[in-house]
Amino acid sequence: MKKLRENDHLVGYVFSAPFILGFLVFTLYPILSSLYYSFTDYTMLGAPNWVGLDNYQKMLFHDDKYAKSVSVTLTYVLSSVPLRLAFALLVAMILNRAVTGIGLYRSAYYLPSLIGGSVAVSIMWSQVFGSDGLVNSVLRTFGVDASTNYVGSPGYAIWTLIALSVWQFGSSMLIFLAGLKSIPASYYEAASVDGANGLHRFFKITLPLLSPIILFNLIMQTISAFMTFTPAYIISRGDGRPVDETLVYSLYLYRKAFEFSSMGFASAMAWIMLIVIGLLTLLIFQSSKYWVHYETKGEG
Amino acid sequence: MAHTNRRLKAFAYHLLVGGLALIMLYPIIWLAMSSLKPNDEIFTTAYSLLPSSFEWSNYSKGWAGFGGNTFANFYKNSFIIVIASTFGAVASSALVAYGFARVSYFGKAFWFTCMMITMMLPRDVTMIPQYILFSKLGWLASFKPIIIPQFFATPFFIFLIMQFIRTIPGELDEAAKIDGCSRYGIFFRIILPLIAPALVTSTIFAFYWNWEDFIHPLLYLNNPDLFPVSLALKLFLDTDAVNNWGGLFAMSTLSLVPIFVVFFLFQKYIVEGISTTGLKG
Repeated sequence: MKKLRENDHLVGYVFSAPFILGFLVFTLYPILSSLYYSFTDYTMLGAPNWVGLDNYQKMLFHDDKYAKSVSVTLTYVLSSVPLRLAFALLVAMILNRAVTGIGLYRSAYYLPSLIGGSVAVSIMWSQVFGSDGLVNSVLRTFGVDASTNYVGSPGYAIWTLIALSVWQFGSSMLIFLAGLKSIPASYYEAASVDGANGLHRFFKITLPLLSPIILFNLIMQTISAFMTFTPAYIISRGDGRPVDETLVYSLYLYRKAFEFSSMGFASAMAWIMLIVIGLLTLLIFQSSKYWVHYETKGEG
Repeated sequence: MAHTNRRLKAFAYHLLVGGLALIMLYPIIWLAMSSLKPNDEIFTTAYSLLPSSFEWSNYSKGWAGFGGNTFANFYKNSFIIVIASTFGAVASSALVAYGFARVSYFGKAFWFTCMMITMMLPRDVTMIPQYILFSKLGWLASFKPIIIPQFFATPFFIFLIMQFIRTIPGELDEAAKIDGCSRYGIFFRIILPLIAPALVTSTIFAFYWNWEDFIHPLLYLNNPDLFPVSLALKLFLDTDAVNNWGGLFAMSTLSLVPIFVVFFLFQKYIVEGISTTGLKG
């Protein structure tokens, strides 16, 4: 018996080898070397020179573009994530009933999030919101004199990206829909008997019972919103135009690293991002004590 | 009275939900229909879906590509990348998932935690050193940096397949062990056939992610000979004054076709995959 267990150690490592090797080579080593590069002036030409906290100092206190990209990214994350989740929950609740054709609706709402990350959709989006694009031409048929190039105007540009993100609420919607289906109908019936109206039922039953799923979605969507790249790159033709209004964090990092070869500076940017996302995730987890409801067995 | 009322309500429901669905899908329909409009019509009659004449030549003009590189070549590159990456990601993830789900060994909890952290790690942190590493290995300007890392398991798929293995009764493993089956035999002969649905779900998502992937080809490929479709579409935008709108719209539409085909064939797996693990679509 003992021999078999010892053998299991070896077998376990054989099966896990792809992950462990990949983790060491493609994740752990890069994280650590990224930390090292962030303290150097590395440009990929010649050896890296140690510059201490220079990159961090330059970035945080002397780089207007960096400040701009932080503010653009925060606008993007803080608007797109709550809006996306709100739409996802709302539509999931509307679709959570046995009606003919519901499968078709579900697919229709889900499709945008399936293709949303593609270059084709980003190209489409920049034409939808162009000066002679779909939005304006529809507005014109309603008699509005619309000719704004939303993608190219400073006030609007970031909001076209936010709209593109909110448009892709479908995958969160599917997760919410699965959660809603697992809430026993008897809860709602009992509440109705007690005279609870729709709003009551939403706040006292639906929201608490879905809160673990909301937490999961909130964390994953926040992380991926911070990393958004392709739409900003395509819609701004790669440079964050107009006047850096769409220069999201990942785009600026990419430009610094691969267009200006400031590998050290870009690594420092990546580490600040890692720290901010880590802290934010921690904060969301901590706050979950107050708003996430875990059903304990024997209670319900 | 009550009957009519209910029918009226059902009608209002379909009007609202269907109308909203149509608004959601409208931009995609608009893209597809515009790809058939004559070049000068796309933006002058953007409000209308119907072209004055069907301009199928947009597709042949777009397909012709750039400087001798046709879309036949771009699609070939995409398929090479997608097939190799998807195979690597799913096969390696299935192995790791079995190890995590069924074998108890020293340090498993630690590696499992590493996997969960990897799942939430922003790509930007590993991107630069990976690029430097691959450039030192001489892998730049080839598919290697895009494909090879995929053979080292993807946390999302490990997680999804693990969940699935856990629903298979352990007695099956035990019975096979008594019959003299090794761990490897159990995995290949018993577990692997049973987890086929989870493998299909993983394959579909790996296909989507790799098909749509833009940043990795952008980083590692600089020769248009090797461009996949996603990167080739960008070439349309690189010419300062874009004038081949018809071709751009046509090739954009065409690049979405494989996604739609897979979606309609495997809808059930996709919906289940997202609902059970929260995979991002």
